[in-house]
Amino acid sequence: MMKISPKTATLLVLTALVAITPFFFPSGYYYRVGALIFVNGLAVTGIVILTGYAGQISLGHAGFAGIGGYACALAPVHWGIHPALAVVLGAAISAGLAYLVGRPILRLKGYYLGVATLGFGILVSMVLNNERDLTRGPDGIEVPELGLRAVLKDWGLNLSNGEFWYYFCGLFLIVGAWIALNLHSSPAGRALRALHGSEVAARTVGIDVPRMKLQAFVISAVYASVSGSLLALQNKFITPDVAGFMHSIEMVTMAVLGGVGSVLGAIFGAGILTLLPQVLTVFAEYEQMVLGLVMVLVMIFLREGLLPSILRRLRGRGE
Amino acid sequence: MTREDKATLLSVDGLGIAFGGLKAVNDVSFAVKPGEIVSIIGPNGAGKTTLFNMISGIYQPSMGRVKLSGEDVTGVEPHLLARRGMSRTFQNLQIFQSMTVLENAVTGYHLSEKGPILADLLSLPGSRRRARAAEEGARKLLARVGLDRAAEREAGNLSYGSLKRLEIARALALNPKILLLDEPAAGCNAVETEEIDHLIAEVAASGVAILLVEHDMKMVMRISNHIVVLDHGEKIAEGDPATVSQNPAVIAAYLGADAEVSHADG
Ligand SMILES: Nc1ncnc2c1ncn2[C@@H]1O[C@H](COP(=O)(O)OP(=O)(O)O)[C@@H](O)[C@H]1O
Ligand SMILES: [Mg+2]
Repeated sequence: MMKISPKTATLLVLTALVAITPFFFPSGYYYRVGALIFVNGLAVTGIVILTGYAGQISLGHAGFAGIGGYACALAPVHWGIHPALAVVLGAAISAGLAYLVGRPILRLKGYYLGVATLGFGILVSMVLNNERDLTRGPDGIEVPELGLRAVLKDWGLNLSNGEFWYYFCGLFLIVGAWIALNLHSSPAGRALRALHGSEVAARTVGIDVPRMKLQAFVISAVYASVSGSLLALQNKFITPDVAGFMHSIEMVTMAVLGGVGSVLGAIFGAGILTLLPQVLTVFAEYEQMVLGLVMVLVMIFLREGLLPSILRRLRGRGE
Repeated sequence: MTREDKATLLSVDGLGIAFGGLKAVNDVSFAVKPGEIVSIIGPNGAGKTTLFNMISGIYQPSMGRVKLSGEDVTGVEPHLLARRGMSRTFQNLQIFQSMTVLENAVTGYHLSEKGPILADLLSLPGSRRRARAAEEGARKLLARVGLDRAAEREAGNLSYGSLKRLEIARALALNPKILLLDEPAAGCNAVETEEIDHLIAEVAASGVAILLVEHDMKMVMRISNHIVVLDHGEKIAEGDPATVSQNPAVIAAYLGADAEVSHADG
């Protein structure tokens, strides 16, 4: 029997989860929760590439989610661009900004990226809050309908709004995971993990360390941007909170909780932290505290994250 | 005396660096030809690793020049030196701990396996082909250093001696013109040391220049074509093994430190 690769296994598990869980949904509401998990999972998959593979930390990734989200709100209205193209436009702007922010910073050694991205996130957040003429400020702004559901209906596939966004975001997550897993075992992914392990050794085998870090940063910014776009499109509304500091911290905590080195683990972390406020209303009130606590506990007890730790435990018993 | 001529691959000329007030390396010069094994010896703290770090672009020298194939490469970044055919190992292991042994070796093929990142993200055939070729090469190199059976293990779990050999495999993967080895046999048992000894001779015989730092004097005396002796950052002697081991200044430096040169007679 051929051994299936970790990549195939991860994709199978993800696809099965997306396809099978709806059979257990007590109500249509859970499609929405599922879609939210997938959107967060997508952003967190970008964090896996940046932090899990390349070992770099961003404290402002929500800024890119904000750009992706507001691209879908503003570009269709102001420039008559189709919302689907606005997703691409948002991703391109995010990639460009990530390049501009990352290029000078990633030449420096140390954790300057964290500080720079923190500033970047705050800046985006401020612009979205204050440029009322354009963004309508803190109250948020409507986002036009994507329109794909109506097209599918014409083709005879009649999905409820909840169902549509569930499967649509699920598809994005699976594709996003596929790309991240491709990268993992590719020459570039290996170079990223190598510079994470030892920068000096990476340099001596010919890896252009600042350039590779920059590529990881840009790619992860695109993930966050698309995630923000999907959020805006499915809610048909967006507020500057999407770009807020708390959202950045949420992304990192989800990834770290589940296991920042593993795509499936990080998505698992996104699942837990998205579900928690839905089942425990107190969580919503104390979110900041809980996130902080989760981070501290994971750092102390589960350095690799929840899923890899569980798998290791299970494997250990199996042997 | 200068050994520098047209055939010279690496030449180091008046190289030096200071940390704070301390001159860790001062005005050191020597040359290495293709296929030659040149050893740098000297007591602990003599400046051997620092010298390697300057030659390989990790430290910026505060004086002197490094020339590779006749071109000035002083202060050139390590990843660009790798392209010009320089590769090295580290005294304090620099292993990619959480990657497998095979992946560590494959990383040495970075320059030949890298391509457009889009091809990697989409796992296009070109990307897979390059990765596969690198993997095949890496497996052969692992067999050469006796690590083929550990290929799938996580590198962090290997013994010190094995990791030393893994670093050699990774460095060889660059197909270098010159290989810098910083204490490759440290932590290895007698059998492993002999294997490394053979490997180095073999690599040199294929035309690769070797710059070696090693504490095992028997090994150094046996395989070196030329020896440079450092003490307190200065070159105190240079010559073939027989000449160097008779040199009073060298004996004094070693007796002053830990009398290691006496192994050479054994
Ligand atoms: N980065 C550094 N900063 C300060 N001092 C250093 C640094 N690197 C080496 N040194 C000093 O330079 C001297 C030579 O060290 P090293 O080159 O490691 O010696 P060797 O390899 O011959 O044992 C030592 O005194 C060491 O403490
Ligand atoms: Mg040393």
